Amino acid sequence: MKYADYYAALGVERGASAEEIKKAYRRLAQKYHPDVSREPGAEAKFKEVAEAYQTLKDPEKRAAYDALGSRPQGEEFRPPPDWARQHGGTGAGPGQFSFDDGDFADLFSRFGARTGALAGEDFEVPVEISIEDAFRGTTLSLSLSMPEYGVSGQLRRVPHTVKARIAPGAVDGQRLRLPGKGGKGIQGGRDGDLYLDITLKPHRLYRATGHDLYLDLPLAPWEAALGATVEVPTLSGPVSLKVPAGTSAARKLRLAGRGLPKPRGGAGDLIAVAQIVVPADMGERERELYRQLAETSEFNPRRHFAAEGT
Amino acid sequence: MSVESEVLWLDEQREVSLRELLEMSGLREAELLELVHSGAIPANDQPGAGYRFSARVITVARTACRLRDDFELDTRGVAVALRLLERVRALEEEIGRLRAELPR
Repeated sequence: MKYADYYAALGVERGASAEEIKKAYRRLAQKYHPDVSREPGAEAKFKEVAEAYQTLKDPEKRAAYDALGSRPQGEEFRPPPDWARQHGGTGAGPGQFSFDDGDFADLFSRFGARTGALAGEDFEVPVEISIEDAFRGTTLSLSLSMPEYGVSGQLRRVPHTVKARIAPGAVDGQRLRLPGKGGKGIQGGRDGDLYLDITLKPHRLYRATGHDLYLDLPLAPWEAALGATVEVPTLSGPVSLKVPAGTSAARKLRLAGRGLPKPRGGAGDLIAVAQIVVPADMGERERELYRQLAETSEFNPRRHFAAEGT
Repeated sequence: MSVESEVLWLDEQREVSLRELLEMSGLREAELLELVHSGAIPANDQPGAGYRFSARVITVARTACRLRDDFELDTRGVAVALRLLERVRALEEEIGRLRAELPR
């Protein structure tokens, strides 16, 4: 296992008082708590800070931690052979910890643990899926490492693969619950649950909001002016869309029911947002036609500016 | 060899009881009821059937439990934090919708 410097995680000296440790934790929790922070890497940072605080706020655990000595963060490390016997906490004894499979934090997790049935830990896992997967449904295969107590009471990390079929219709922010797929319960306690927090990956064409999808629809100036029937890509294949004559940029053209399906029937809409695109390179003949149009047309798109007295 | 797991959607269509919500959230009954009475956790109070909750609330109640434990907050503090988080969530959803409408 790798040594974790809990004092460094909280940014305090090894001799810090309990009050200094609490203050440091509160300051860092406000900065990194995943429920309130949007900083990149906040969740991992908070986990580190919370793990350090859980140990250092408890005098018994702190004494056991200090007895391990001071080492560089991340250094490969094994606790001294008699450490578990001297500092193992309630119910711990020789053989209580499996040093090879455990995390550093597992060394302290049994301190003061209640005896008897204990529910398994719940886990929350963020999962990113593509818009296509949200549309068609998908089967996720999640590789998780969960703490588990062996038959003789050793705590160890056990790799688990959980397969979960996500039916069509997930949206950004959708939460799912997999009962009993979290950490194993102890001595008859119920197994924990696994919660999935779904987010949709950014897509090359579509922008999702709820079950609706937005799509930029580039139009040539003459298509926007004269109207046209254009082919539009949807998640179920291309469809024809009639663009009305006189379509200006930002006009929304709705394709009902062509968005993401809803779990219990129906579907959101696909909304094509018109964009007028002019060719970057024009031939002389095209340029001449535009010049003729400019000379012929009385259209003034900025007529309303005149009302301001400019 | 792993088998496919049961997957429950936590949305408005599914309801849970007070007991179920307590078990899933880790909140104590008095805390949950105070959060319901303060309006921080929405509930349907059905005569004869007691409180029923949208499954969407499970996430909110679990957040309440984390805030209580991680910030050592009392229930009134948790209620204020939940209301502010809900406002942030609603604003982020609105920003997401407006961004989706904007051309790239």
